[in-house]
Amino acid sequence: MTAALLAVIGLPALAGVVLLLAGHYIEHAARALSITAAALTLVAAVTAAVAAPAVSLPFISPDGAGLAVDGLTAVLLPTVAAVVLLVLVFASAEGLRPAARFHGLMLLFTAAVTLTVTATSLPALLASWEIMGATSYALIGFRWQEARTMPAGLVAFAVTRTADLGLYAAAGAAVIAGHGWRLADLADADGPWLHVIAAGVLLAGLGKAAQLPFSFWLSRAMEGPSPVSALLHSAAMVAMGGYLLLRLEPVLLASGWAGPTAAWIGAATAIVLGIVAITQTDLKQLLAASTAAQLGFVVLAAGIGATAGGTAQLVAHAATKALLFLVAGVWLTAVGSKQLPALRGIGRRWPLVGATFLLGAVSLAGLPPLSLWLAKDAILAAALHASPALYAAGLMGAGLAAAYSAKMIAVVWAKPGLQEQADIKQGRWDTERHGTRQVPPAVTVPLIVLAVAAVLVGVLAVPGVSEPFRTMIQAQTEPESTVWELVASAVIAIMVITLVFRRGTPHFTAAADWFGLERAAQAVVVRPMFRSAEVLARLDDQLNAAILDSGRLLDRVAAGMDVLDHAVGRTLGAITAGTAALGLLARRAQTGAIADYYAAAAIVTVAAFALLIVVR
Amino acid sequence: MLSIVIFLPLLVGAALAVMRGLPARAARLVWLATTLADLALLIVLTFTASTGAGGLRAEERVNWMPQLGSSYHLGVDGLSLPLLLLAGVIFVVCAIWSLRETDRPRPQAALFLFLQTTCLGLFAAQDLILFFLFFDLSIVGMYFVIAGWGHGNQRHSALVFFIYTFLGSLALLLGFIGLYLGATPHTFDMVELSRHGAFTGTPAAAGFVLAAIVIGLAVKTPTFPFHSWLPPAHTDAPTIGSVVLASLLLKMGTYGFVRIAMPMLPDAWRSWAWVIIAIGIVSVLYGALVALVQADIKRMIAFTSINHMGYVVLAVGAAGVLGRTTAEAQQLAIAGAATQMVSHGLITGALFLLAGVFYDRTGSYDLRQYGGLARPAPAFAGFFAIAAFASLGLPGFSGFIAEFQIFTGSIGTVPWTLIALPGILITAVLFLRAFQRVFTGETKQLSAGFADLHPRETTALAVLTVLSVLIGIVPGPLLAMIEPAAKVLVGSLTP
Repeated sequence: MTAALLAVIGLPALAGVVLLLAGHYIEHAARALSITAAALTLVAAVTAAVAAPAVSLPFISPDGAGLAVDGLTAVLLPTVAAVVLLVLVFASAEGLRPAARFHGLMLLFTAAVTLTVTATSLPALLASWEIMGATSYALIGFRWQEARTMPAGLVAFAVTRTADLGLYAAAGAAVIAGHGWRLADLADADGPWLHVIAAGVLLAGLGKAAQLPFSFWLSRAMEGPSPVSALLHSAAMVAMGGYLLLRLEPVLLASGWAGPTAAWIGAATAIVLGIVAITQTDLKQLLAASTAAQLGFVVLAAGIGATAGGTAQLVAHAATKALLFLVAGVWLTAVGSKQLPALRGIGRRWPLVGATFLLGAVSLAGLPPLSLWLAKDAILAAALHASPALYAAGLMGAGLAAAYSAKMIAVVWAKPGLQEQADIKQGRWDTERHGTRQVPPAVTVPLIVLAVAAVLVGVLAVPGVSEPFRTMIQAQTEPESTVWELVASAVIAIMVITLVFRRGTPHFTAAADWFGLERAAQAVVVRPMFRSAEVLARLDDQLNAAILDSGRLLDRVAAGMDVLDHAVGRTLGAITAGTAALGLLARRAQTGAIADYYAAAAIVTVAAFALLIVVR
Repeated sequence: MLSIVIFLPLLVGAALAVMRGLPARAARLVWLATTLADLALLIVLTFTASTGAGGLRAEERVNWMPQLGSSYHLGVDGLSLPLLLLAGVIFVVCAIWSLRETDRPRPQAALFLFLQTTCLGLFAAQDLILFFLFFDLSIVGMYFVIAGWGHGNQRHSALVFFIYTFLGSLALLLGFIGLYLGATPHTFDMVELSRHGAFTGTPAAAGFVLAAIVIGLAVKTPTFPFHSWLPPAHTDAPTIGSVVLASLLLKMGTYGFVRIAMPMLPDAWRSWAWVIIAIGIVSVLYGALVALVQADIKRMIAFTSINHMGYVVLAVGAAGVLGRTTAEAQQLAIAGAATQMVSHGLITGALFLLAGVFYDRTGSYDLRQYGGLARPAPAFAGFFAIAAFASLGLPGFSGFIAEFQIFTGSIGTVPWTLIALPGILITAVLFLRAFQRVFTGETKQLSAGFADLHPRETTALAVLTVLSVLIGIVPGPLLAMIEPAAKVLVGSLTP
């Protein structure tokens, strides 16, 4: 079944490249081609997940592109392929144009993700890792005519690539450690190299997963179209940051410090970005902050070795958040705004869409019996095992998730009066683009599928029932949630939601712009870089000027040697005859000065050869 | 066979030079046919040439100046063959690009054919005198290209280029003579010099000779602080002149490191490796930072060349550091350096062609005068995006293969070289910023009415980008070519 494994990468890659290159020649067929490719990729992914094949291909090293499907991959590969298919169906139904470029980039991205989750060695992993970043850049800037999109893409790309440098360093350290680039062998490194590898991996994972302090790039990434946010900036690319840490969790644990660091950064992100999410008034910004916060639980899980909980959280979050982003996109298209005040009561206007959104938001809130409640609690159970403080921090993150979810539900299902409805239509809609006032029926299909998934995939983390899943990813020994823990988190969620419905959410001014993370990065990294670049460029000009001055000095010296030059030129030996002839040619053809230099140089040449002959 | 490959362009070029009555169109076609034939011969040679006793393929040796220990000695191995093939491709691309050239096409064709012989000859030379001869003739040829077909302040830039690189070549010559004197028996033969090394017992003398050679090569490469000639030369050179300069002439410097400096003075190279590493790291960061704030697109690309050549210098420096378990890392570094030479040749060649399109259409290289260019010229925007991503080392292109090997190999021998890593981040920022400023947003200023790529331009660009992608996805064949030679080189560095 190696063919399925190769197809799951090759198929979307090929289709993507064809779509990008053929461009407007096949614009009319682009959507059909793309959906077909995505569907076949899903078939291949399921086949590969069942058959669990492995293949070794050369890429830089003899097995640099080793590919394999193990338990973790077998879970994620079909998940990603399914979300891709649903998102592409949605985008086709919405009629995003130019379709060839959009679908081409999305499929190319898909190939990078499938390569990431199947790669068993660093060269291929790093390659696909960076291609994800580049396609993310191109997709954020999909509407390149708008001034804000491309700079946003650049911020996202530059921040994630900064973190990616960690993987380059890790690959270098792996060479010194002498165990090769196979992911499974990285934890065997010893001495300081293990720590370099762990630090590099941690950095790369945190950057992609939009954890602190890198989270702000995800805010900027929201400039991209909603299907892009649904796939890249929640279900797949950001999730890959979590995947990397889960995959290389043995490295984190072996280092001693990287595991706890990851766990605490994850918990801190769940709390801090939870507060950011509560404060947002733009739906997509709220969802973005909540994505970073929810990925915080995955990173926490990777830090304490809770693979089962972390994987379940990735899957449950992928379904839930892809759904919410797509709904945000539906409303943005329909009413031309994604600001919460414009979306008051919008659930009642399109009830089916509103209902799917409700399911997603309830799952995100951590209410029983939906998926994120179970998945998150599986992680928290392991956290309690590791450290009560970590458990408490995790619970706090969970409470914040309930709060921001409740905020969305309260807005979307609000019951504005007639006058208020009219005011919203009048003053709040069509502020970002011209709304169509329509929801094409076709777009609801992927929404319904995702909503069902958001409800059901929690089965992966139900204590007792989850046994086959845990066996599959070899996590049988990890702690499971007890009934009391599940009840406790459910009670907290219900209390928080009730509180938010009654009292509303508090507003933290500092959290509105994501605690100024981007401004801090500007001040600490970007501005110093540009300032030093300008200083160096000025120095370079001065260096040039100094050298040209010395050139003029040479000019005078050469002129003085002109007489000598003619004398010597006639007596040049066999070797230099050619050079002298060229010098003469130069004199005739050009300024004349060149010949002087050449002749002067010829003298040096002759002198050198004379020296040579004497010394012999 | 190798001699035919090298001198075929010169012969045709000479014929073109004297045939005054030849129509321009015929001259251009003869040029293209010659480069294609030469490339075909090179490919045949790649697959058929047999390996001689010394490990060289397609070896040729004829007595020339026996009293000086110099002979007409040619041959190729895994380090030189990729560069010969690169040269073959680049000159084909130049000929394609010039199919509509109206400015003295016949002399131009003759001159470029002459340049082709010097490039091919240099990479195949196995004798220092021969190497030096081709090295200097390439400078002369490029001088005429810039002075004769350039624009702006071309005379002055050509002169600066000439003086600077020529003085560098004199340092190199001094070093060569040193090598000759340091070898017993005295010889200029590169194979013999590499086999036994020179000045094996006298580190001080070896240090001076190495210094002369390194300065000579550093000027040509160029590395910081010997790079001042490069930006003006590029800015004022004609498009295909810039392509040959960046893709091939710069490689003569870096090729000299792996072909001459390292194997012939291994002890001195090991002792001074840290200086080379430092020069490499400074070049990487300096080139990238200065490029970041350039507004002239050709200057920007020129400075990124300093950055990219810095990676090569870093790698060859790091390869000189011996450690407990570093043989694998050293080989990685060298293979990365060799791959980077080819990769940079392809990608920067494409970038300079694209820069040429700006000048051709509007006469301005100033990034600030464009905006939203993707609307009138979508194919141009697409190729620029591809070349920019390739140049910033995106996986899927050859640059990633090279830079991954260089970094893992360098960090694998000298861990602190990871301070050069921000280089790939800064280049990413500068290329994407330039792309955004020129191609996206509102269509304004010089972008209005900008004509998109012509078929011949698309063809030339496609050749370069497709090759870069091929190497980027299937690096195996190229690496299989390079790795045995890298192994030999590492062996010669090990005492």
